[in-house]
Amino acid sequence: MRAFTYTRAKDATSAIKLLAENPNAKFLAGGTNLLDLMKEDVERPNALIDISELDLSEIKPIINGANQGGISLGGLGKNTDSANHLLVRQHYPLLSQAILAGASGQIRNMATNGGNLLQRTRCPYFYEVAMPCNKREPGTGCGAREGINRMHAIFGWSEHCVAVYPSDMAVALTALDATVIVRSANGQQRSIPIADFYRLPGNEPEKDTNLMHGELITAIELPKNRFAEQSYYLKVRDRASYAFALVSVAAALEIEGNTIKQARIAMGGVAHKPWRALKAEQILVGKEATEATFKRAANAEMADAKPLTHNAFKVELGNRSIVLALQMAVNGGKA
Amino acid sequence: MDEHESPELTEEEKQLFADLMPDDLAEIMNTGVNRRHFLKLLTLAGGGILAAQSAVAERVLTRPSRETLPVELAPSSLENGVDIGLKVNGKAHKLTIDSRMTLLDTLRERLNLTGSKKGCDHGQCGACTVIVNGSRVLSCLTLAASCEGKTVQTIEGLAQGNRLHPMQEAFLKHDGFQCGFCTPGQICSAVALLDEAKKGHTSYVTGNVRQPGGPVKLSNEEIRERMSGNICRCGAYPNIVAAIQEVHSGKPVEQVFRSA
Repeated sequence: MRAFTYTRAKDATSAIKLLAENPNAKFLAGGTNLLDLMKEDVERPNALIDISELDLSEIKPIINGANQGGISLGGLGKNTDSANHLLVRQHYPLLSQAILAGASGQIRNMATNGGNLLQRTRCPYFYEVAMPCNKREPGTGCGAREGINRMHAIFGWSEHCVAVYPSDMAVALTALDATVIVRSANGQQRSIPIADFYRLPGNEPEKDTNLMHGELITAIELPKNRFAEQSYYLKVRDRASYAFALVSVAAALEIEGNTIKQARIAMGGVAHKPWRALKAEQILVGKEATEATFKRAANAEMADAKPLTHNAFKVELGNRSIVLALQMAVNGGKA
Repeated sequence: MDEHESPELTEEEKQLFADLMPDDLAEIMNTGVNRRHFLKLLTLAGGGILAAQSAVAERVLTRPSRETLPVELAPSSLENGVDIGLKVNGKAHKLTIDSRMTLLDTLRERLNLTGSKKGCDHGQCGACTVIVNGSRVLSCLTLAASCEGKTVQTIEGLAQGNRLHPMQEAFLKHDGFQCGFCTPGQICSAVALLDEAKKGHTSYVTGNVRQPGGPVKLSNEEIRERMSGNICRCGAYPNIVAAIQEVHSGKPVEQVFRSA
C-alpha cells in the first residue's frame, strides 16, 4: 500500500474542507472497499480523512419537505443498523432484504450507507493493474469487452466499459425512488434523485457517479410508499451467500383488489448502474397481478438486452428472476 | 533477548522435561538450563510429535514464546505515524503505528496476538474476524489508526484463565475444525453472531423481516447464512453449525456423520 497521511475529522465541515483542498484525498468510512483497492494499488490516495466517527448515523422519520412521511438514513450509519432498524423493517422491508443480501455479517457491521453507494465495480480487469481498464486508467482500453465477461453488463454498456455496479442496497434504493443528500465545500446542500446519481459508462467510465470531489453524502432519504406489503429482493448468485449478484431484482407492487396500481422494478448485476426496469413497470400498471402479466413485463424489459460473449445466460436469467421476484412479492416472500 | 536473561524453566516445563528425558533431568537441572536451551532440546526430541501425545507438551509448545516479543519501533522511524490508544482483551495499549497498518497486523506484529489469522487479507475469508466495540468486523480491512479509543476482543480474550468460552468448548466437542487456521475467526464470528440474534437482528433467509425484533431462534439455515463470511477450506461446516447451534439452543446437538 502506498503511503498516505491519516486525519481523523472532527466535524463534517472540516472534513469536507480537507477533502476539497486535496484532489488526491479520499474519505475513509467503513473502508471495506477502499482499503482493499488500496492494497491492490487500484486506489492511490495520498491522504485519508477518517469520517467514520462523525455524527451522521441517525435513522429518523422525515417531518417536512419533499419526502415528508418517509425516512432519512444517516450517510455514516452502518449497513447492519439500517437493515435492522424497525422503521426500515416495517416500512421498507425491500431495503432491509437488499442490504442483508449483500456481503457478510462482518462487512455489514463495518460498511456505511454512503460508502455502500460508492462501491466500485468488482470487474476483475478493474482490479488487476496489469490489465487494461478505462475505468482505472482512462485510455488504456477495456479488457473485458473481448475478454472473459460472464459477470458483466447486458444493458447500457459502451465500447469503453462493460463493468457492472456491485451494490445490492442501491438497487433497492433505486426501486424505492430514494434521494441522496450531499453537502459540498461551500456549505451548500444538494439533493440528487438516485436515478441521476449513477451514470452509464459512455466515454467516461472512470466516473461511477455524479458526485463531485469534495461532496459528502450526509443522508439518504426515502419517500413514503405503499409497497411494504408486497415487495421482495431476489438475488441470484454463484454461491448461496456472500457473493456478488449475477442478476438481482428489487420488486415492489401496490395492488388494489387484484389490479396493480403501482410497480417498481430495479435490477442489479446487469448494468453500470442499478437498472430501473421502466418498460416492465409500464406493462404491469393497471393489469391483474398474474403470472402471465409478470411474464409479459419481463419479456418487454429483457428484449432490449445486449449480451456479451459469455453472459447471454443473463437474459433468460433476468427474465425468470423478474417473474419470480414479482411472484414472491405478492406471496409474502414465498415462491 | 540476551541468552543470559532467558527466564528459568517453569514448573510445567520441568514436568515436561521429566516426562521426556527422565534420566537426564537431574543432570541438566543441576548444570542450569535456560528456556532457550530447553526449547532447542525439545526440538531435537521431536517436540511437535510429542505434543500430540502429551497434554503438558501441548500446553507448553502452544504458549506464546516469551523470546519473540516484538521490538517496539521508535516513533521517529515511521512515515506518517499515528498515535493510538486502544483496549485489547481488557488491556490498554498505546502505540505509534504507520498509517497503513491494519488492525490485523497491529494485533499480530505489534501486540504479539497471533490468534487472529491472515487468510486472504482482502476481506473474503473471515479468518481475521475480531470483535470491535461489540461487533464482529474484519481486522484486515480495518485501519488500526481508526481504532482510537475502541475496545477489541480477539480469540485470546475469550477464555477466562483456563476456563474456555462455551463456544470454544463446543468447537472442540463437535470437531468444528480440521487444520484450525480459520477457527479463531469462526469462533469470534460465532460469539458475536449469537449476540446479534439476541438483539433480534434479521438475515436474508429470515422469512418476514417486518416481524418486530426480539431474540431470534436460529435455524441451522440461519446459522449458515449468518456465518457465510467465514470460509473453512477443510469443509468443517456441518460441525461448525452443530457447535454454534448447541451454544445457541443450550441443548446438546447430536453429531451427524455423513459420507459423500
